[in-house]
Amino acid sequence: MSAIGKVHSFQSMGAVDGPGLRCVVFMQGCPLRCVYCHNPDTHSFEGGEEYTPEEMLQKILRFKSYIKNGGVTVSGGEPLMQAQFVKELFALLKENGIHTALDTAGIGDLTEAKELLEVTDLVLLDIKFLDTDSYQKHCGGDFEQVLRFLKLAEEMEVPLWIRQVIVPELNDGEENITALLELLKNCKNIKKIELLPFRKLCLPKYENMGIPFPLADTPEMPQAEIDKLYELIPEKLK
Amino acid sequence: MEQWRGFNPGNWQENIDVRDFIQKNYTPYEGDYTFLSGSTDRTKDLLKKAEDLMALERQYGGVLDIDTHTVTSLLNYKPGYLDKKNEIIVGFQTDRPLKRGVNPFGGIRMTRSACEAYGYRLSDKIESEFQYRTTHNDGVFRVYGKETRAARSCGLITGLPDAYGRGRIIGDYRRVALYGIDKLIEEKKNDKDNLSRSCNIMDSFAIRQLEELHQQINFLGMLKGMAEMYGYDISKPAMNAKEAVQWLYFAYLGAIKEQNGAAMSLGRTSTFLDIYFERDIKEGTLTETEAQEIIDDFVLKLRMARHLRTPEYNELFGGDPMWITEALGGVGEDGRPLVTKNTFRFMHTLYNLKPSAEPNLTVLWSKDLPENFKKYCAKVSCDTDAIQYENDDIMRPIYGDDYAIACCVSAMKVGKQMQFFGARANLAKLMLMALNGGKDENRNMQVGPVHEQYPDEYLDYDKVCEYLDIYRPWLARMYANTMNQIHYMHDKYAYEKTQMALHDTEVHRFMAFGIAGMSVLADSLSAIKYAKVRCIKDKDTGLITDFETVGEFPTFGNDDDRVDSIACEQVEKFYEELKKQKLYRNAEATLSILTITSNVVYGKKTGSTPDGRKKGEPFAPGANPMHGREKNGALASLNSVAKLSYDVCRDGISNTFSIVPQALGKNEDERIDNLVNLLDGYFAQKAHHLNVNVLNREVLQAAYEEPEKYPNLTIRVSGYAVNFCKLSKEQQREVISRTFHEAM
Repeated sequence: MSAIGKVHSFQSMGAVDGPGLRCVVFMQGCPLRCVYCHNPDTHSFEGGEEYTPEEMLQKILRFKSYIKNGGVTVSGGEPLMQAQFVKELFALLKENGIHTALDTAGIGDLTEAKELLEVTDLVLLDIKFLDTDSYQKHCGGDFEQVLRFLKLAEEMEVPLWIRQVIVPELNDGEENITALLELLKNCKNIKKIELLPFRKLCLPKYENMGIPFPLADTPEMPQAEIDKLYELIPEKLK
Repeated sequence: MEQWRGFNPGNWQENIDVRDFIQKNYTPYEGDYTFLSGSTDRTKDLLKKAEDLMALERQYGGVLDIDTHTVTSLLNYKPGYLDKKNEIIVGFQTDRPLKRGVNPFGGIRMTRSACEAYGYRLSDKIESEFQYRTTHNDGVFRVYGKETRAARSCGLITGLPDAYGRGRIIGDYRRVALYGIDKLIEEKKNDKDNLSRSCNIMDSFAIRQLEELHQQINFLGMLKGMAEMYGYDISKPAMNAKEAVQWLYFAYLGAIKEQNGAAMSLGRTSTFLDIYFERDIKEGTLTETEAQEIIDDFVLKLRMARHLRTPEYNELFGGDPMWITEALGGVGEDGRPLVTKNTFRFMHTLYNLKPSAEPNLTVLWSKDLPENFKKYCAKVSCDTDAIQYENDDIMRPIYGDDYAIACCVSAMKVGKQMQFFGARANLAKLMLMALNGGKDENRNMQVGPVHEQYPDEYLDYDKVCEYLDIYRPWLARMYANTMNQIHYMHDKYAYEKTQMALHDTEVHRFMAFGIAGMSVLADSLSAIKYAKVRCIKDKDTGLITDFETVGEFPTFGNDDDRVDSIACEQVEKFYEELKKQKLYRNAEATLSILTITSNVVYGKKTGSTPDGRKKGEPFAPGANPMHGREKNGALASLNSVAKLSYDVCRDGISNTFSIVPQALGKNEDERIDNLVNLLDGYFAQKAHHLNVNVLNREVLQAAYEEPEKYPNLTIRVSGYAVNFCKLSKEQQREVISRTFHEAM
């Protein structure tokens, strides 16, 4: 009996969540409440469309001719919350020669995560903030869990892309980048660091859902500032 | 022969066989684009002059000047120049660049009203000359029946070439360069003699053929005369690359002086010409910079070709298009890519001369194209939004490796096949008409055969299909008969002498029918099948004019077989009906799903539909899903369109795809790689055509507000590219409202 996944939505073409052209599966439900979240509609563990891994595989196989240099990214919500489903899906994808990427904040059960990482080709790990207080304050989560996940991925030698959304006044200082690099300095499996500028494209979503956007008054992050921060990052990780 | 020095021999020397010449002599190029040269000062200077004229043309409301005293033809104007001493390739349609000639052979009324639309008056001289002449338009309306007139006027069939040149015929302009005019005349004379001699019964078919040959020979002579006016003797083959381009351009120029067809395509010339460029470069008489300069000058000439159109015409075919379609790339039957350095040079004009809608550069995409070329194409798409792609891997098995594209998506063997263009039928409207017993829902006018109105309040899928089954055969028959009349009269009163002289005497003819409103029809039937659709009748007329649709239903563009199969089925059924019709000159029926910009007009003429589209709202263009209904992203949308069968739609299936750069990749390299993969993936599923736009909606919005700031903004719309600012405001709004695939 295979696990049933609750899927928020399926995007047949993503080109910014992992290498190449990718199908992106957004899982329903997330334990975090990040202030800048772009997908508040994925928060709730209620709702979503139910799929078996086999059903999702069939949907994805329709796009096999496009994604030969890309693959599939499972995002969310938090995919680790449905690790069993994602694991089975990834296993099926790998049988079909399709590259698998997990877009996660690293929040979830470690035992389940371990099994999932065995069939994961790449992890896009979003390290949102770099200390316990900030993480709790801005995401409502436990930073220790992120560190444990990072360590697990390192032990299992799963390639990692580290991502961070850069928000004006919250984490846009150079010292934040220095701290990030310090945190990652011993990790051998880091392939890339992506700094994503804070944007407010999600505002209409919040309005539609009738909930306030916590950062409504924060300005968007200028790309030029992001480019400047990138200068601190070693060439091979850009 | 001196002109053929260094060429490998073959059948092409004995017979008119351009393909054989190409195959025996071309040099495939697998390298990248770094060999290309930028524009020279001379080119920049000429470009500036052309741009200034075009700016003036815009200021004058779209037409710079009209010669209202001269009927356009090959010898009727003195030579025209942009800058005589600096031009490499010469020739304009009239005596001055951008000045438009009048061509009343299609219809004098059209010509008159086109002149008036721009503040001119057709001269008395021409008015009186054409008092004693029958035009194509006169001929057609002498024979049109009531049904055709009604179907035209309510918009069930629209855009028929019954008052303007039908176009979509591609002369093999290369023949003039390779053989010279004298040889071509000699061949045609032989054909004529043979026909006279071998003909047992001199029936109307044989007589028509003989007269056509006479006219072809006559116009080949005029073509030679036209070149002489510019100081060139094209009786013999071209000596070198510059002459080859000039000879070829003269042939094309003769065609567009004679004819104002809706689409006057160039063919497949770049690889043919490359053979001359390679020879000159090898002989040391030509540098890369000079080679590019010739192509730049040639393309600049093509960009200055113009026809005089009426405002009504512009509504259907927005942006003042010529469809100077040039097919690039593709792969040969022997597996060697037909990409040469000259293929790159043609595309490079989009940088040297800035982006432009014309010529309509069309890449014949194959999985086997060289990687470097694929990447260059993707780069050009990202940078200019000016090229379209068509699937060589599905066309080559049908048309061989020397076909070209007429207009947007119509493939034909160059010089061996031609088509009778037939615009399109509105299938969404047909459905409404079927529900209303053959009446037009907007004007309460009987158009089709009388039948009972759909009797129930709620629509039942099977029953609606039965009603469609009643009206579809009627439409196909009426449409085919109308086409037969049009093309009979076109042959009789506006025969394409120059272009047909550059065809084999025995040609294969297609009759190209078309569909508009495909996705509206599919979504409407899906709504009927999967949701609940209630008919709402007009109080006064009793006609079903609106619908109330409750519940969810799958829509075309989401890779959902429940509705995609409906689309495929409806298209197939229509084609099956068309195939049964007896067609003029034994033409072969083909079908396209292509709207140009007429999706706006078609929508305007169509009442509300069960899919939720309200009366008057535009259709999606071509085979596109209705915008805003694609919920699963770009590839799912592509997959839906890819399901439509090219075997059923041999005249092409047009799909326009717009994506914002940020959604295609984070940087240029990623975008290029991703676009290559997207094209490979799409065409691997036997899809036919894709227009690619990589741009932000905001750019279009800005150009909508301040057009003068965006004179070069080019965008692919439906089988062709337009200069965005040349579209009507209404068309611009429709383009802006289309789906732009974005990152989540």
